[in-house]
Amino acid sequence: MAKEKFEDALERLEDIVRKMEAGDIPLDEALKSFEEGIKIIRFCSAKLEETERRVEMLLGKEDSLQVKRFQGEDGD
Amino acid sequence: MKEILTVSQLNNNIKFLLEETFDFLWVEGEVSNLRRPQSGHVYFTLKDDKSQINAVFFRQFGGYKQRTNFELEEGLSVLCRARLNVYLPRGEYQLVIESVEPLGVGALQKAFEQLKARLLAEGLFDERYKTRIPFLPKKIGVVTSPTGAVIKDILNITKRRFPIADILIAPVLVQGDDAAAEIIQALCNLHSYGGVDVIVIARGGGSLEDIAPFNDEVLAREIFRSSIPIVSAVGHETDFTICDFVADLRAPTPSAAAELIVPEWMELTTKINILKQRLMSGFARHLKNKRDKIAGLQERLKDPRRFLINLQIHLDDLRERLGAALHHKKQNLYNDLGQLELRLRHQSPARQINEKKILLKNIQKDMFNSFSYHVIALRERLQKNSAILESLSPLSVLQRGYSITRSMASGMTVRHADVLNIGDDVNIQLAKGNFNAKIEKISQG
Repeated sequence: MAKEKFEDALERLEDIVRKMEAGDIPLDEALKSFEEGIKIIRFCSAKLEETERRVEMLLGKEDSLQVKRFQGEDGD
Repeated sequence: MKEILTVSQLNNNIKFLLEETFDFLWVEGEVSNLRRPQSGHVYFTLKDDKSQINAVFFRQFGGYKQRTNFELEEGLSVLCRARLNVYLPRGEYQLVIESVEPLGVGALQKAFEQLKARLLAEGLFDERYKTRIPFLPKKIGVVTSPTGAVIKDILNITKRRFPIADILIAPVLVQGDDAAAEIIQALCNLHSYGGVDVIVIARGGGSLEDIAPFNDEVLAREIFRSSIPIVSAVGHETDFTICDFVADLRAPTPSAAAELIVPEWMELTTKINILKQRLMSGFARHLKNKRDKIAGLQERLKDPRRFLINLQIHLDDLRERLGAALHHKKQNLYNDLGQLELRLRHQSPARQINEKKILLKNIQKDMFNSFSYHVIALRERLQKNSAILESLSPLSVLQRGYSITRSMASGMTVRHADVLNIGDDVNIQLAKGNFNAKIEKISQG
């Protein structure tokens, strides 16, 4: 799933939860929704997985681009 | 001694004099009679309320657009930097403009408004060209000065809100003549480096002059054709730049830009956790409902007595109603029967029977009377005849000494001797007793 899909996935998840809470869906549909919901939660959680960010500087020009660690950020 | 000059000499002298004296000058006036021939040079007359002077803007000297970034307009009050030129063939002098800027509203403001109007007309600000800022950027490009408050704010805020997105800073000058070119280069670099999801172009507030690089037309076009969504955050809330208009999203300040480009990581994580909880409990509740339903059905299935009880009650009711109805019916029939009995009683044959009984008795009596009388009469006749009969009886004859002979063989009374043979046994009946005899002799009578 592409990055933009995160929001859609979240919306879909909210839909599923609302439907599930309404409680008037057939059991096998509820089961399917549940599975889909869990899948979306996994996807979203993976996207939000905590990894330390990198702060870098892009220097140079087209053919001589280089990336350098940015020193100006405290504690990062 | 009188010196005589040719026209050429005179004009040459004038030219020398004027061009030496007015080598470099500032002059202000109003643009009129503006002409742009094929050559690309611009001719106009600069005038005030009392006088006027011809002016020309040579294309090759030009670049006035590069410096001031606005177009000359008829009637515009301008300040020109120029030198004076004498055109010898015609003996005319004119201003050769090196640069020009509008008076009144200010050069930069004028330039800004003109560029804005032009790009607007071209459609560079159209909403339909704006790209949506990704919700969850993995890498954020920041085009700004690597020193100062702006980059610090952006780094702090993005770290606080969304500490998992990488930041790639493309350091640039954010003011001065080279700034626009550097920013353009930075954008190119970020595009060629790749993997950048969104670019923020940021600068703190400043005067119109300070933020002039962000009103650069080339930069505007670069931003317009960028394949990566660009957020412009230049100056303070009230400062608008061309950059702001053409960017996909405008943030009032660099800090606001940082908030716009990343969501709250904590909020999202919490939200997903809450949704997870809700999904779990919703599903569990769902299952429980189904289970309860099954249990309910099972119970009802197990115990049909409820139906039976209902039926029983119904049956009892019907029975009662039937009983009552029957009773009622019976009562009615009894009543009818009573009526009929009464009527029947009125119609009773007992009287007739009595009458007939009496009649029968009378008839019986009569019959009896008549019968006894008859019997008496018959008895009298019988006595009379009996007496007669007695006188005629053989017994009485026998009394007088007669006897009766009967053949022993046949039992017959012997009335004639012919029937007898000698030796036959006969019985002789006397008035008193009898005796047997044997025939010895027969004599014919």
